[in-house]
Amino acid sequence: MNHPVVIVGASMGGLRTAESLRRFGYAGVITIIGEEAHKPYNRPPLSKEVLANEVTHEAVAFEERAATADVNWILGTRAVSVDQQHTTVTDSSGMVHPYSALVIATGLRPRRLHLANGDLAGRHALRTLDDAINLRAQLTPGADVVIVGGGFIGCEVAATAAKLGCDVTVVHNSAHPMLRPLGTELARQLQLRHEAEGVRFLLNRSVVGLSGDKRVREVHIDDGSSIKCDVLIEAVGSHSNIEWLEGTSIDLTDGVLVDSAMRAINTSGSVIPNVYAIGDVARFANPIFDDVPRRVEHWNIPTETAKRAAAVIAAQLSADEKFESIVNAQFKPVPSFWSDQYDIHLLAFGSLGLADKVTLVAGDATDECVFEYHRGEDLVGVCGIGMRSVVQSYRAKFI
Amino acid sequence: MIKVEVDMSKCQHYGQCVFEAPDIFRLNSDDKLEYTAEADDSERANIEAAIDVCPMQAIRIVE
Repeated sequence: MNHPVVIVGASMGGLRTAESLRRFGYAGVITIIGEEAHKPYNRPPLSKEVLANEVTHEAVAFEERAATADVNWILGTRAVSVDQQHTTVTDSSGMVHPYSALVIATGLRPRRLHLANGDLAGRHALRTLDDAINLRAQLTPGADVVIVGGGFIGCEVAATAAKLGCDVTVVHNSAHPMLRPLGTELARQLQLRHEAEGVRFLLNRSVVGLSGDKRVREVHIDDGSSIKCDVLIEAVGSHSNIEWLEGTSIDLTDGVLVDSAMRAINTSGSVIPNVYAIGDVARFANPIFDDVPRRVEHWNIPTETAKRAAAVIAAQLSADEKFESIVNAQFKPVPSFWSDQYDIHLLAFGSLGLADKVTLVAGDATDECVFEYHRGEDLVGVCGIGMRSVVQSYRAKFI
Repeated sequence: MIKVEVDMSKCQHYGQCVFEAPDIFRLNSDDKLEYTAEADDSERANIEAAIDVCPMQAIRIVE
């Protein structure tokens, strides 16, 4: 009998891999190992609805499908090592799981700041449901909330906290929040909108230390000033969860390097045929843009890469004669993302961060608008507020 | 037949579902989502793909 397909990471990507394996005809055992106690749930509401309301796991959990009712879930458990020679994964309870194919779907964890007096209570990051529930209890009206990092997560949390009546300051290390992905004009408009809602920005600044008695009471800024703080939220990027893969032959330079079939690549540049990676942790080249492998932290990527990996795994394990043609099929998922802040609903396709030129092509930046993002002559992204049909029409340009 | 349900209190009209199941979901001239509530069984895979890509997880198949 074949060993199970072992998926490490019980989030959206892991779930979609299991579902897709069934859809592509794999009928063998599927084991999913996940560190969180919860079954997979949708993360985007964590910075919005879950912070603002008494939302439970049930409300954000992905609906379970009949095809994956027999998945063997091992939750509240981390994978700690891989033995490639014996094709096994060992988990934190000491159990050893033999695999026919291993899917790495361990994603990211928030980067944390190194601060003077960093052991004070009141520091938060936001990645998991439990993070959001813990933070929710602190976001009371009048609380002094300091958010470090003015990216999308930082700004969404700022909007939610401001609506809850908190006194919000965002400390950000460039000239505008969300500047790098969005470009100056759109970033500036969003900043103005936040300011109109009472959010303050300390720009081109960073936090260097904390003070307080057990709990944080003040945050110290690199210009020598200090601001009052009851709740500190760190939204300063993330680290790949790859430490458990140390000692393997996999190229772990930045996440897990994979080929276009989501198969892991070793440090000599060769394909490892029975190890796959998907989601935020997978670094792959997307021919829409170029041949540079990149990790992509957009919400649709775990699902796209999960489906891709599952098609290849199902063909591999059934010794399908079409295996080679499935592996060689082009894989060029169109990154898509959105962000909700107040009544502003951003929708984007492509990789805005690659652009060197941003152009308003429709509407008015103070209202509904569409921006194009170019690198040289090439269109690499589109982003709009409202004007959905116009933004939608761009997606076909990338396919 | 498959019965499709969209929770319109969750839907933000991002229209990602339109790409996966264009015969079921569409944006109208006001950029609001419209959908066909009853679909042929042959649409199941497309509708499940639409469920997968819905940012708000607002779509479900009522079994």
